[in-house]
Amino acid sequence: MAGTGIAFESVSHTYRPARGRPVLALDRVSLAVREREFLALLGPSGCGKSTLLYLLGGFLPVETGRISVGGAEVTGPGPDRGIVFQNFALFPWKTVKQNILYGLEKQKLPRPEREKRAQEFIDLVHLMGFEDSYPSQLSGGMKQRVAIARTLAIDPAILLMDEPFGALDAQTRGLMHEELLGIIERRPKTVVFVTHDVREAVYLADRVAVMSARPGRIKEIVEIGRDGRLGPEIVKSREFIDKVDYLWDSVRTEALLAQSQKSTEP
Amino acid sequence: MSALKRYLPLLLLALVWEAAPRLHIIDPASVPPLSQVATAWWDLLRSGDLVSNGLSSLENLSAGLALGVVVGISLGVLMAWYRPLDELVHPLVRALYPMPKSALIPVMILWLGLGSASKIASIFIGCLLPVVLSAYNGARGVDRVLIWSALAAGASRRAVLWEVILPSALPEILAGTRNALALSFILLVSSEFVIGQRGLGYLISFLGEGGAYDAMFAGVLTVAAVGFLADRVYLAVMRSALAWRE
Repeated sequence: MAGTGIAFESVSHTYRPARGRPVLALDRVSLAVREREFLALLGPSGCGKSTLLYLLGGFLPVETGRISVGGAEVTGPGPDRGIVFQNFALFPWKTVKQNILYGLEKQKLPRPEREKRAQEFIDLVHLMGFEDSYPSQLSGGMKQRVAIARTLAIDPAILLMDEPFGALDAQTRGLMHEELLGIIERRPKTVVFVTHDVREAVYLADRVAVMSARPGRIKEIVEIGRDGRLGPEIVKSREFIDKVDYLWDSVRTEALLAQSQKSTEP
Repeated sequence: MSALKRYLPLLLLALVWEAAPRLHIIDPASVPPLSQVATAWWDLLRSGDLVSNGLSSLENLSAGLALGVVVGISLGVLMAWYRPLDELVHPLVRALYPMPKSALIPVMILWLGLGSASKIASIFIGCLLPVVLSAYNGARGVDRVLIWSALAAGASRRAVLWEVILPSALPEILAGTRNALALSFILLVSSEFVIGQRGLGYLISFLGEGGAYDAMFAGVLTVAAVGFLADRVYLAVMRSALAWRE
C-alpha cells in the first residue's frame, strides 16, 4: 500500500465567479502532511482553507501546482480520501443506515459484510435505535455523527474535515472532539481538519498550519505535540493556554486583514 | 366536523343548483336541476357510454402524461448536466412556455390525423414544459457537497446522476408533474372536443349539441370528479414519496 503522506507543491487557485473579477484564493501553497498526522488548517474565513481541502479531495481541479498522496498525483475524488462537511451533506432521502451503507455499496462489499460494517459504525457513533430515522428527524450533533460514520465506514486512509463541528453548539462540539480523538486512536488515519476555531485546532491537532488572509498562503506551522495526552484536562495546562494565545494572535492579525479586505471590496 | 366544514360549500352549491332551476330563478333549460343531472348520469352509466368514453379518455391521458413526464424529466436533468444542451434548448423552452398548447391541436391533427395519436401528442406537448422546467430547476439546485460526498464514496458520474441528482430533484419534479397532471386534463378535453369520435370531451360536446343538457352536465361533472380524484391520489403518492422531508 502506498503511503498516506500528503504534499501540496506550490498550489495556486483562482476563483472565477459567474459575475465579477476572478479572485486569487490560494497563492503558491506548499505544505506537507505526515502520515497519520492530525493537521489543522487554521485561518480567517475566506482565506481559502476549505478550497485547499476541496482541491485535496479532488472535487476542484488543480490548475496550478501539484497535490499528491503517497506520491501519486490527485486527479479526482477517491475513496482513499473521505470527507466530512460542515453541513453534514447527508442524503436526506436515505435513512441513517442507508446513508452509511451507500459508500459500502460503492465499495462492492458483499451484503452481509456491508450490514455488519454499517451496524458497527452506527454503534461506534452511538446511534443505536436511530438506524431507520431520516436526517430531518435528527439533531445537528446526531447528523454529524452519521456523516462521520458514513465516511469512516469505508475506512479511508485520509480523513478530510471541513469545519465539521462548526454548526454545533459548544457542549455537543466538546463531546464530538472526544469521540473523534477516540475513533482516530482506534483506527489511525491522516487527518486534515479545517477550522477557524483556535482552541479546537490546538485541542485536536498534532500540528497547526496558520493560513494568511486572501490570497491564502501558509503563514506558519506550529507543533502542538500530543504525547501523553491528558484528555479534556489538557485545556487547563499552561502549555495549552500558551499555544492558544500564540495562535490566537497569529490568526487575529490575518482576520483583521481579511476584514479590511472585505470593507474595501466593490 | 372539519370534513363537514370543508365540504359545506359544495353541499350549498348542490342545494342552490337543485333549488334555483326548480324555483325558476334560473332557466331550467340552461341549468337543469341537479337531481335531473344525476338521473341522466345514471342513465349514461347504465348505457355504457360513460364507461367506454371514460376509459378511452384515461388511456390517452395516461399515455400522453407518462410520455411527457419521462421525456420531460430526462430533458430537464440533461439540460442541467450538459451546458451546450441547456444553451440550445432553454431559449426554446422559454419562448414556448407561455403559449397555450391547445393551439397546437389542429397542427397535431394535420400531422397525425384524427385519432388517438393526435390527442396523445397534444397532451404530451402540454405536459412537457412544466416537467422540463421543474426537473431542470431541481437538478440545478442540488447541493454540490451531496455530489462530492457520493464521488468521494466511489460513485461514478453516471451513478451520481441516478443516485444523487434525481432524488435531490424529486420534490421539484413531483410539484411540476402535478401541474402537468392538471394541464393534461385540459389538453385531453379540448383535443376530444376538436377530434371527436371518443372520450369524455367528445361525449360532452356531442350531448350538448344534441340538446341533452342534463346529460351534458353529467359529463362535465364526471370530468371534474375524475380530475379531482386524480389530483388527490397524486398528492397522496407524492406525500409518501417525500416522507423523508418531514
